[in-house]
Amino acid sequence: MPDFEPSVVAFLCNWCSYAGADLAGTSRLKYPPNVRSIRVMCSGRVDPVFVLDALKEGIDGILVAGCHPGDCHYQSGNYKTNRKIKLIKKLLDELGIESDRVRFEYISASEGQKFADTVTEFVFRLKELGPNPLKEECQ
Amino acid sequence: MSEEKLKFAFYWAASCGGCEIAVLDIDEVILDVAAAADILLWPVAMDFKYKDVEAMDDGHIDVCFFNGAIRNSEQEELAHLLRKKSKVMVAFGSCAVTGGIPGLANLSDKKGIFETVYHDNASIENPEGIVPEPSSQVKEGELTIPEFYDTVRTLDQTIEVDYYLPGCPPPTSLILTAVTAIIKGELPPKGSIIAPNKSVCDECRFEKSDKRITEIKRVYEVEKLEDKCLLEQGIICLGPATRGGCDAQCLKANMPCTGCGGPTPNSLDQGGKMISALASILGLDDEEKYNDEQVDALIDKVVDPVGTFYKYGLPSALIKRKVMKE
Repeated sequence: MPDFEPSVVAFLCNWCSYAGADLAGTSRLKYPPNVRSIRVMCSGRVDPVFVLDALKEGIDGILVAGCHPGDCHYQSGNYKTNRKIKLIKKLLDELGIESDRVRFEYISASEGQKFADTVTEFVFRLKELGPNPLKEECQ
Repeated sequence: MSEEKLKFAFYWAASCGGCEIAVLDIDEVILDVAAAADILLWPVAMDFKYKDVEAMDDGHIDVCFFNGAIRNSEQEELAHLLRKKSKVMVAFGSCAVTGGIPGLANLSDKKGIFETVYHDNASIENPEGIVPEPSSQVKEGELTIPEFYDTVRTLDQTIEVDYYLPGCPPPTSLILTAVTAIIKGELPPKGSIIAPNKSVCDECRFEKSDKRITEIKRVYEVEKLEDKCLLEQGIICLGPATRGGCDAQCLKANMPCTGCGGPTPNSLDQGGKMISALASILGLDDEEKYNDEQVDALIDKVVDPVGTFYKYGLPSALIKRKVMKE
């Protein structure tokens, strides 16, 4: 599917990953324009329901990014999100939806390059996977 | 209410029949119901014909209690028919409200289910590969049976529903509340769920404290149950994500809540909420010391996420069924 441009929602934590994405921008790093950022105070704020709802609405990929282990502004939100995302992936496997559509990354405020690389890789992988199978249903 | 008796109908679709028994669990109050109401349709208990229902005027039935999910054409047709003939439609029990246990069939489809039931089951002998067909020719003419659908739906995904009575089956106290309100003509606003706006934990007898667990245990793996919250003992209990009103009956019998009350108020997705709750407390102590493989091992103890978190609610969840690949 050569023309397929995946839609990606990125939940970025205020203290690390959003600043990382900002750095990618101010450093003029190139990455695919498919991603729509949503700033949350902590990656721990990302309820599994947000991820499921985004998939139901036909979003092709969901990136959740938070601070590195030990760096969470609220001490431990990132650990909880890591576990939540792993459990969501397991749920999606059982529901026949590719679990690679959901991705969790640790991205610090100084890692503009990692943000750009992550988005690039993620969009590449989503192009391989093709459109979200729930998309037809919601249209 | 006029002196004329109320007219009730009970119908069952894709359900086990437990809801019908639950109606009788209101004990002697059933006599008050019989005194206040005539029953115009109750296939499980009395002999009625669908054509009698068809012959009624629209809105003739005052209240229809409909239990069961919708998974074939007969159930769909009767849902539409009873909606037309009833002033008030009550989705009765988990299957009608959220899809119930039959809703787990959304992990497969008609083809998959028929292959298991009519070909692959160890106890099946079907050399000619006969499966039910909606229509078949015999020498006396054409025989028809209802068409089986790929996807199980809830009642309100099929017709408009006025009230919801969740539970598997609905607890007697809630049935009484509903029936009493109907007889007195004091029904809540349309669309109400006839159950309290609190979670099962609120009604649970166990002592609750900080929740932090290092592993997940299945019920049979616990040798000696302590007298405290089951989640704190590592047993997955859906209490925090489930609407109460059941008086936490299962917990009284030392069994975890499996979620039949449906999502708590204002929650979009019961399973998603429980995943959030469970992942937050799992491995909470020294969580910074876990490496990725150890976290994976923790999560792998959840054997069947859909069956655990959506046992009664897959058809009404955000993601309603498995995506079937060719």
